Amino acid sequence: MAEPAPDVLQRSDDQKIPIKSGKKRWRPQWSAGVALIPAMTITIVCFYGFIIWTFIISLTRSRLLPVYKFTGFDQYVRLFANERWWTAMQNLAIHGFLFIGGCVVFGYLLAILIDRGVKAEGMFRTLFMLPLSMSFIVTGVIWQWVMNPGLGLQEAVRALGWASFEFNWIVRPDRSIYTLAIAGIWQQVGLCMALFLAGLRNIDPNIWKASRVDGIPVWRVYLHIITPMMRTVFFTVFILMSAIVMKAFDLVVALTGGGPGFSSDLPARFVVDHILNRQELGLGAAGAFVLLCTVIAVISPYIYFELKKERGGRGH
Amino acid sequence: MNGVELRDVTKAYAGITVMENINLEISDGDFLVLLGPSGCGKSTLLNMIAGLEPVTGGSIDINGRDVTALEPDERDIAMVFQSYALYPTMSVRKNIGFGLKMAGMPKPDIEERVKEVAELLQITPLLDRKPSQLSGGQQQRVAIGRALVREPAVFLFDEPLSNLDAKLRADMRIELKRLHERLGRTIVYVTHDQIEAMTLATKVVVLDRGSVQQADTPENVYRRPANRFVASFVGAPTMNFVDGTLVREGDQMFFDTGKGKLPLVDVPAQANEMVGRPMTLGARPEHLMFDDAGISARVVLAEPTGPDQYVRLAVAGAEMTARSGPEQAFKPGADIGIVIDGARMSLFDLENGQALLEG
Amino acid sequence: MRYNRWALYGLLCLAAIMIMAPVFIMISTSLKSMDEIRNGSIFTLPADPSFAAWSKAWLGDCTQTLGKKCGGLSSSFMTSVQIVIPALILSVGLGAVTGYSLAVWKMKGANVMFAALLVGMFIPPQVTLYPLIIMIRELGIFGSIPGLILVHVIWGVAFTTMMFRNFFKTVPQDLLKAARIDGAGFWALFWHVMLPLSLPILGVAMILQFTYIWNDFLLGLTFGGRSGQPMTVALNNLVGSQFGEKEYNVDMAATMLTALPTLAVYLLSGRLFVRGIAAGAVKG
Repeated sequence: MAEPAPDVLQRSDDQKIPIKSGKKRWRPQWSAGVALIPAMTITIVCFYGFIIWTFIISLTRSRLLPVYKFTGFDQYVRLFANERWWTAMQNLAIHGFLFIGGCVVFGYLLAILIDRGVKAEGMFRTLFMLPLSMSFIVTGVIWQWVMNPGLGLQEAVRALGWASFEFNWIVRPDRSIYTLAIAGIWQQVGLCMALFLAGLRNIDPNIWKASRVDGIPVWRVYLHIITPMMRTVFFTVFILMSAIVMKAFDLVVALTGGGPGFSSDLPARFVVDHILNRQELGLGAAGAFVLLCTVIAVISPYIYFELKKERGGRGH
Repeated sequence: MNGVELRDVTKAYAGITVMENINLEISDGDFLVLLGPSGCGKSTLLNMIAGLEPVTGGSIDINGRDVTALEPDERDIAMVFQSYALYPTMSVRKNIGFGLKMAGMPKPDIEERVKEVAELLQITPLLDRKPSQLSGGQQQRVAIGRALVREPAVFLFDEPLSNLDAKLRADMRIELKRLHERLGRTIVYVTHDQIEAMTLATKVVVLDRGSVQQADTPENVYRRPANRFVASFVGAPTMNFVDGTLVREGDQMFFDTGKGKLPLVDVPAQANEMVGRPMTLGARPEHLMFDDAGISARVVLAEPTGPDQYVRLAVAGAEMTARSGPEQAFKPGADIGIVIDGARMSLFDLENGQALLEG
Repeated sequence: MRYNRWALYGLLCLAAIMIMAPVFIMISTSLKSMDEIRNGSIFTLPADPSFAAWSKAWLGDCTQTLGKKCGGLSSSFMTSVQIVIPALILSVGLGAVTGYSLAVWKMKGANVMFAALLVGMFIPPQVTLYPLIIMIRELGIFGSIPGLILVHVIWGVAFTTMMFRNFFKTVPQDLLKAARIDGAGFWALFWHVMLPLSLPILGVAMILQFTYIWNDFLLGLTFGGRSGQPMTVALNNLVGSQFGEKEYNVDMAATMLTALPTLAVYLLSGRLFVRGIAAGAVKG
């Protein structure tokens, strides 16, 4: 209808952008579906399929090789009658409590110290997180040497003049489990610090201004105001550290080898040992499945909150 | 026909209908503004025209071609976004040329077109910069350039000026208007800003809660709002509304609020039939005229805005805003007489809010 | 206020010393001779620093070998490199594409799949270990480098996908709309727009995956066999299997050598590593 105004960009039809035809075109959504196939396969087969497979094995009397002769929950009965398993589970509780507690307490304290506005913050942060870049094997070997009762810390402190100093936990069956916590905290405290620090940095600076105007001492602000505000960070840290504890395998192998005897054994090592070395596949699978149930019990609130957050976020 | 045609377009999310039977005709070369408060569905409508959201029912034609089932790049459209949506990792040159590259155009042709558009928009010196190195106004130009270079049948603008500051917004408005006059292309433009709608549009469509309230020229939308919603949404300060009845005393018409009678002057003849019927009077601030012979109103507050001042008045049991020149002084508590311009006022049905006066 | 500042720095320095002490002991021990280790303290600096233990740890002691190998870490270092590089590229690449598909192309079930992946990240590897062994064996790549690469990709994809998905979720919708109007399809949007945008997160994912894969022990132990022994497994064997008196200086040199690549990546990447971890990079 309206006469087109003289148009700088006016062109004849053959110079227009070719508009692709709409009928047979490949839709990008289909590509997205195809691109998901590898990850989907891994998730379905290698995660969930294999969990079911392991569960099935745990119901059989498999030893060296899987045999599918079902014996009901016999392997679980054997497992719960196994003294080494109970030692490992007890150790998991002790180690979990000390390790998670230590990481949370020291990690939070370090984060607060750094958050007080220090010079060379970057340097301190780098140092605190340095052990994190090393493997559990490396950590275990280092601490094995440091805690070596013959030539390690005990001897070195005695040489400084404290002749009665004793630190031989690594060779004492009643103490060796504590050495795991020491090495573990040393390695992971930096991660906790980083997470707490990120949380502290997210706190509205006006809270600090308000508390200064009100004349509240700094330690009280941390205790009564900041810490409650950080509860989701505490929750995250707790979950992450729990996951590490329950998978803990490398560190025991390198630091104590589960010993002396089985005094510092952990369930993850129990499982691997029975599957790979002891030809007790069924028992190992049962142990693995119990371990998985423990993990799920601890992790599920976290997953629930993650997904809920996700859903809440989409509402806007 | 050329232009855009929406027929019975319906949109539902998860079974809940948010838009029902939208019918719109946008003629070739029109500058159509979709105006409404946030959440009225104007952006959804634009996204459906663009093909970014599927329609639940109905069909969309662009230049006589049914595009309802087509992907956005098959529809012969281009879009400019509120956030500009420039590709942050590409230079301005690549940003503008990206659509052509995706369409498989040979490189030298792309170069040439980008150059032309850059000259038209006077952004040639910026071609090798990254979007993060540009000011808001410059980014806006690049975003427009990216749309222009596609030479589409229809340009879609999604609140393109909302992120700019007031001064720049006014400048860009003028530039957009010039650009439209120069290119003569069809534009569909979404905004919640009535000034943009008034200044830019050849046709305004006012939307509320998923339905078209009025589709008309900007002048008519302002002068003859189709219902109370349009009347209150368009115009700042907002229109005054009072409930009451029309009464006639001799030659003089009044609007009786029950607590006082507002005198009306130059009332159109069609209002005669409505005498005695309860309704809502709508009068814009400029429709209140100071007249010593009028009803006595008490000054509550005067707000000078610079060129004008708006005077808040308590009159006939209601509060109304009147416009005045900046010179006159109003003392709070003082009394002043007013009459209402019956030729320009609006009358609305008390029940459904529809306008009662025509033309 | 001033005393507080002193106390603050005092505590921080104390913490730094405690955390650095084992690293210091490791390095100083590796530079000592066995005589000095026997007669001295772990805290003292080496009197006569020597790299003898380092070269022994790296090349092995060829005077007392069993078979052809000298038992040094150099060959397992090469194995680790051959595992890490392909596994890194594949797991990060797959994670980027998967995360992109999940975040950008709203498909039915995308959230369910993401939840399934998220849970998968917490599954202890022990639980799926044996079926995985069977699968890798059936594929004929058990005890080889390709087998280990595949296992690392399987175990890494949940983590890399999560990182990329969470990043791509933050890309403004308008940008995706603009690209669709410009006619960019699935791969064009990925290559030209999303991947360049995600370079920082790509760096973070690379660094963390490198660290995880290099530091892995369980998978290397289980799937490596003889020919695919990564450095962590070799280190553990070296430390655990010496005859006669333990050579602590060689142990520490070997430990240092094993830790060096990830340590170097950490120190060089600095902020990226911190950012990746603090950005919610959850991996046990």
